[in-house]
This record gives sequence, structure tokens and C-alpha cells, in this order.
Amino acid sequence: MEEKYSQKIVIRYTAEIVDQPIVCRLARDYDLDFNILHARVLPKREGVLALDLTGTKKNFDRGIRYLKESGLRVEPLSKSVTRNLDRCVHCGACLAFCSTGALSIDPSTMQVMFDSDRCSGCSICVKACPARAMEINFL
Amino acid sequence: MNTHAVSKTYQEINRKIKEGKAVVVTAEEIIDIVEKKGEVEAARTVDVVTTGTFGLMCSSGAFLNFGHTSPKIKATRVWLNNVPAYGGIAAVDCYIGATAVVEDDPLNSIHPGEFNYGGGHVIEDLVAGNMIKLRVEGYGTDCYPARKYEKSVTIHDLRDAILFNPRNAYQNYNCAVNMSDRTIYTYMGVLRPMMANANYSTSGQLSPLLNDPYFLTIGIGTRIFLGGAQGYIAWQGTQHNWNVERGQNGVPREGAGTIAAIGNLKEMSPQWLVGASVLGYGVSLYVGIGVPIPVLNEEIVRFTAVKDDDIYAQIYDYGVDYPNGAAKSVGEASYKELRSGKIKLNGKKIDTAPMSSYYKAREIAYILKEWIERGDFLLSEPHQLIPSGKIGN
Repeated sequence: MEEKYSQKIVIRYTAEIVDQPIVCRLARDYDLDFNILHARVLPKREGVLALDLTGTKKNFDRGIRYLKESGLRVEPLSKSVTRNLDRCVHCGACLAFCSTGALSIDPSTMQVMFDSDRCSGCSICVKACPARAMEINFL
Repeated sequence: MNTHAVSKTYQEINRKIKEGKAVVVTAEEIIDIVEKKGEVEAARTVDVVTTGTFGLMCSSGAFLNFGHTSPKIKATRVWLNNVPAYGGIAAVDCYIGATAVVEDDPLNSIHPGEFNYGGGHVIEDLVAGNMIKLRVEGYGTDCYPARKYEKSVTIHDLRDAILFNPRNAYQNYNCAVNMSDRTIYTYMGVLRPMMANANYSTSGQLSPLLNDPYFLTIGIGTRIFLGGAQGYIAWQGTQHNWNVERGQNGVPREGAGTIAAIGNLKEMSPQWLVGASVLGYGVSLYVGIGVPIPVLNEEIVRFTAVKDDDIYAQIYDYGVDYPNGAAKSVGEASYKELRSGKIKLNGKKIDTAPMSSYYKAREIAYILKEWIERGDFLLSEPHQLIPSGKIGN
């Protein structure tokens, strides 16, 4: 059996394509499991959709090609959540609500570290960081 | 009668500082020194131990005087960037408190509220040199006829700007858990139900008042690091309490002493005064404070060598007990355990997270050390010590 491949992605819609059932096609035509992490899709306007996709690497690549050929912008989710280092005071309050361990404290320096590869894009940190150091550019 | 093997005075230490000969170490560095050399030798070698803390300190704010206007106004109501300041003092004086929330904020009407802007942010904007919209209302008198005044100002346009924090640098603090069945949003951060996480807030072994648990050196007039500048301890802080349970090392096992701090806001920096938005709770201010502890004798150096393993926090339930005003300790944990990321309570392993920045606390202790080594910062002998318990009691 082929090994499962998993990646979190962000899809940006244009107004022309917003009525296409793309998630359904990803599942049906490319046999990809999907978990919607974030969605903001408005009729006849641009939108954004964050998905956790799982399937074979081959099907994943074909699915992404389909999305791009349909005129959608696709990028890894990790690019959407960022930390503004100028605002971060390294308090660590974020550790209380980051469920994936993307935010952690380096015990040697006591600095808060952000590992975007582990980020699920739940974006709770954006509102819960008291210094407002976490930013999301979904919209 | 002095029974100490080592005995130094403030004057002697200051003389060494001026000559560039003082030995200054941080409250972390002193731990190993005392362990290796013993108290007496450490007290002989080291002259000053620097401490630091950087955390949310709600009981903070600034007195501002914006100068007389023409025609004159007796300000009764004052707003800075639409955040209300207290105007019930003289004509053009006001006090902007850290927790004041901007007008028209939805607060917690959609729970948990975001509290994006307030007094803490105004203070940060001021020290950053940003433009602030000042709006003033008065009722008009013969000597102060104007009723309205508006102007965009920066901190440089203000006649005076004095940071005055009635309660800072708590000596030890609660560790918060939530035993209820819903997520709660507190000043101790987000607490998930059924004790899913525990939050704490102190810099432990680096914390100023934990390094001088009986206030042997910290008192009124002690010169300190405050918000990036040199400030002073003005008085004991509000809620100052020395009559608490202590460990064998004299360190309070719960929230105890506090200080009131004062300094020139115009000399401070946005790196050390940072506005904070605490989800579901409100606005606050991160304040950076560092206190130098003069090593006058071996007893003082022993207190500064305290380490996280030997400092305990009481754990309180913020789900039911605390809000009802009936907080009772449900357990305790050392700062070493808390800082490890997990504690054990009622047989359950709980994730921990700090609310105060150990990283910045350490930075403050280093900066203060540098200031003293360079001779830019002299120790001041307190005019009066802060009330405290007796050693051994």
C-alpha cells in the first residue's frame, strides 16, 4: 500500500471560480481526505480556504495541479501564520492554547519559538497573544 | 551587634562601582557562585546581585501634564486616543491607567472580548514617540474658561510624564487552573476546563522580591531599572503583605510583598513597556523591572542564591473558587516543575505556560549588571525599609 502524504494548504479563490465545487472534486476525483481548517468563501467574491489534505503523494500532486489549472492560488498553510518578532515579548502565554506544539519555549534561551511547519492554522494565537505578535494573512 | 563575617556598606559598594571595580552578577549567576564558594566567600567576592522581571502588571499608569492651553481649561474629562484618563486632579494633570479600555469597545459583549486598545497601549505609544490624540472637556470657570480642547501630541509635547505604578513586581504569585467544565478567559490567560492547563506568572529565581524575601535591602528610595530607565521604589505597593507562610528558606509560598514604582516616562522605552490585550479579560501593560541587591553580608547573598527548585507557587482554581472570593490552595508546585512544562496535580499531568517573560527578565538583569559595571548606575540606600516579617518567623 502506498504511503499516505499529508499537507496543510491555503487556497485563494477568485470571484470567477468561487462557485466551483473544488473540495468535492479533490475528494472524489483524487481520493484525498480533507479537513477544513478555515473557510471564508463569499458568493461572487474572492475567498480563502485552508485545508488539511491527506492521500497518496501522487494523488496529492495531481490534486494540486488540478487546483492550479483551475486558476486558483495554492500555497502551504505555514506561509499564512507568521510571528512579528518585533512584538513578541517571549512571555509564553501562547503555549497554553497552541494544541500542535508549533509554539514552544527553548529551555536554553527561554525564547518562544515558532515552528510554522507544525502550525495547523487554527489562528487562536492571533487573538490570544497579549502582545499581538501572531499574525495571519488569510484575508 | 553585627554578627556577620562579611559586612559592607552602600558607600563602600558605590565607591567600588565608581572605580569600576565592583563585582556584579545576576540572580541566576549567583546560584552557582554560592554553591561553589559558600555564602561567606561569595559575600566577600560579589558586591551586587541584579534581578529582573517582565510581566503583566495591571496596577500601572502614568501621570501626565499636558501644559496650559490658551484660553485655559480645567480638564475634568480627558481622553488619549479615545481612552479615558482620570481628570479629577489639577487643571491640566491627568492619570492614564493601564487597564482603561478605549471608548466604544464591545468589551465582553461578544465573549471573549479582544480588547485591542487601551491605557497600556497609550503608554506604549507615548514612550514610542507616537502621535496621540488628546481630547479634553471642562465645565468652564472664571479662571479656566475653555470647555473643550483637542490636540495631537507626542510625549515630547507633554510638560511632564511620570510613570507611577501603585503595585508591581509581586513577590511570588498564584498558579491558575480551571476545575470547571468550560474554558475561561482570565488575567492568568486562557484556562481550559478540567485542569487541562496551568498558567503561572513570575520570573522565579530572577524575580526581584524573591531574592530579598525579608526586604533587608529593598526600600523606599531604592533606585531600580523601570521600563528601560532608572526609576525608584516609591513605597510598598498596594496589597503588600508580609504576614504569609514561608518556606524554610524564608521565601513566601504565596503572593506576598509588592512595591510601588516611579520614574520619568520620557526616559523609558517601548521595549520595556508593552501594551497588552488579554483575551476576555481586558487591557494591561507589560512592565520591565529590575532591582539591584547590594551584598552587604553573607545572609543577603544566601537569599539571592535562591533557585527555582526552592520557590513554590500555590495552585488556585480560577473556575469557581477564585471568582467567588473563596480561593483556597488546591496544591503547590515549584518553579522548576512549572518551568519544565508539566506539573502533577491530583494524579494528573498538566501542561503549564508562563504569563511573564523569563527571557526578558534575564535581559533586564544583564542590562542592570552592565549599567552598574559601567558606573552609570549607583546603588541608593533606602530612606526607609519596606515592612516585612522577621527572619525565622
